[in-house]
Amino acid sequence: MIEMRELRKDFTVRVKAGRLRRAKRTVSAVDGVSLSIGRGEMVGYIGPNGAGKSTTLKMLTGVLTPSSGHVSVCGLTPVPQRTRLALRIGVVFGQRSQLWWDLPLRESFRLLRHIYRVPAAEHAARLRRCRSLLDLDAFLDTPVRQLSLGQRMRGELTAALLHGPEVLFLDEPTIGLDVVSKQAVRSFLAELGGSGDVTLVLTTHDLADIERLCERLVVIDHGRVVHDGSIEALHERYGSRRSIVADLAEPLPDGFELPGTKLAGVTANGHRVTFVLESSTAGAAVAGLVAAVDVRDLSLLEPDIEDVVARLYSATDAP
Amino acid sequence: MDQRDASVPTISRIGPFRASIATFGALIGSGFRRYATYRQATIAGTFTNIVFGFLRCYVLLAVAATAAGQRPAGYTAEQLATYVWVGQGLLAVIGLWGWTELADRIRSGDIAADLLRPVPPLTGFLAADLGRALHGMLTRFVPPLLAGAVFFPLHTPSRWQTVPLFAVSVVLAVVICFGCRFVVNATAYWLQDARGPITLWTLGAGVLGGLYFPLRLLPAELTVALWVATPLPSLLQTPLDVIAERDGPALQAGLVALQVVWAVLILALGALVQRRAERRLVVQGG
Repeated sequence: MIEMRELRKDFTVRVKAGRLRRAKRTVSAVDGVSLSIGRGEMVGYIGPNGAGKSTTLKMLTGVLTPSSGHVSVCGLTPVPQRTRLALRIGVVFGQRSQLWWDLPLRESFRLLRHIYRVPAAEHAARLRRCRSLLDLDAFLDTPVRQLSLGQRMRGELTAALLHGPEVLFLDEPTIGLDVVSKQAVRSFLAELGGSGDVTLVLTTHDLADIERLCERLVVIDHGRVVHDGSIEALHERYGSRRSIVADLAEPLPDGFELPGTKLAGVTANGHRVTFVLESSTAGAAVAGLVAAVDVRDLSLLEPDIEDVVARLYSATDAP
Repeated sequence: MDQRDASVPTISRIGPFRASIATFGALIGSGFRRYATYRQATIAGTFTNIVFGFLRCYVLLAVAATAAGQRPAGYTAEQLATYVWVGQGLLAVIGLWGWTELADRIRSGDIAADLLRPVPPLTGFLAADLGRALHGMLTRFVPPLLAGAVFFPLHTPSRWQTVPLFAVSVVLAVVICFGCRFVVNATAYWLQDARGPITLWTLGAGVLGGLYFPLRLLPAELTVALWVATPLPSLLQTPLDVIAERDGPALQAGLVALQVVWAVLILALGALVQRRAERRLVVQGG
């Protein structure tokens, strides 16, 4: 569905060099990205600020011309065939609006039907589905400029789907949303992706979006792909492990060792300890700990994707 | 990629031409409704147009009273009053000033959303502008004309073709004005901020379009040069000369024909500029 080979985007930046002179400097926003995404896949595309996520998305949707490399979406070349491609993809930019500021949502949707030339019955059926899944009815007649961010985002999602796109690009669709709105957007996208008809490419800084929605995770940094695979593969690759946190009755004795684990932290005057599981199983480690010291409370923590990604970002930052 | 991917699905049951017309019509409707939202602005704008109409009318009539034979630049007093009051009504119809939507969208990066539609930006903005002009025609055109008719003797068209010719001329003026504004706004693709060119446009279009004074007051050679070499007199001077019947039937029709040429040229320029811009577009702000 989506093919990228050695895709690059360079921007020329002019920097001051002397009173009148300007020196040209080339910045590679996307530096040779190759990816292939199949029909019905749900792909999370993450990376730190300025990594090149949005630039990639803009090249895939035909808004920006690539500096070099090959790109094809739905078998079309995005920039020269942009208007044809527009009929087959849907795009949501979390930071921008595609709706008409002065018009109520209902009018915007009707206008989109004409712009995308969707038969009335199909349009009505899709709108009905979105209305019930995203709870649009309460603000369907409110001008877009008066909508809250969460309401607007639900409107944006609907607007991107009314023409039945084969690929949906979402650029930070949950940015700035409260917990409830985030949940609504996520469960809507999960339902949409579950049907297997729509290919979904999602960029986000909220990793909960990815954990909830995407089987495949592509991490990009400095314009290059640094990871492409499942979330489990990411954990494995970067050695993220489960850990045991225990509250003890007495401070942990000095030099205490729990076989197959590593002591990762001691807090609360030695009353709270954290062990990271290395070669040991959780059961063996817990049994060992309970046998050795007086444990009051105990919890087992799953590896945190945020930690892994933070480590990944800072690792690639190092020169 | 399989074959299915390379074809565009037909999602329209009606013919492509009729579908295009329907899309264009819907976009015109959207432009109309967007402007219809701001009723207070419409009223305030109309009031301002009328106040300035009095000012301009008295100045021009004073000029006429002192001119040799009381016909400055070949206009009678009735024709001058018509020139002023129809002009005040047309100001908001052709939208001479104040349109910075494209430049703003380029600066903020929202232009990306326009590029993601299956309609080329020039077509989309043109349709919306025609809707805006239609709203202007229905709300902003008539009140100044009525005010003028109540307080001044106006020229009544004597030829049957004047009113239809005027209608065509106004539509062409709207298209030309849109084209100019589109090109001026599009400089933001290169400059990031189009305020400079927009200021120049506001100044130039008012003076050389025939708003501040009829261009016929200038030396004849200069007037002809402006008319042929720039689209500006086609914005206001032409429709106003057509309705005031300043010239004979042949020249009256000829000026409208010149507008057709300018409308085609300026839209072609707009399309060219847009195509160039898309190749070097930088979408601002993530």
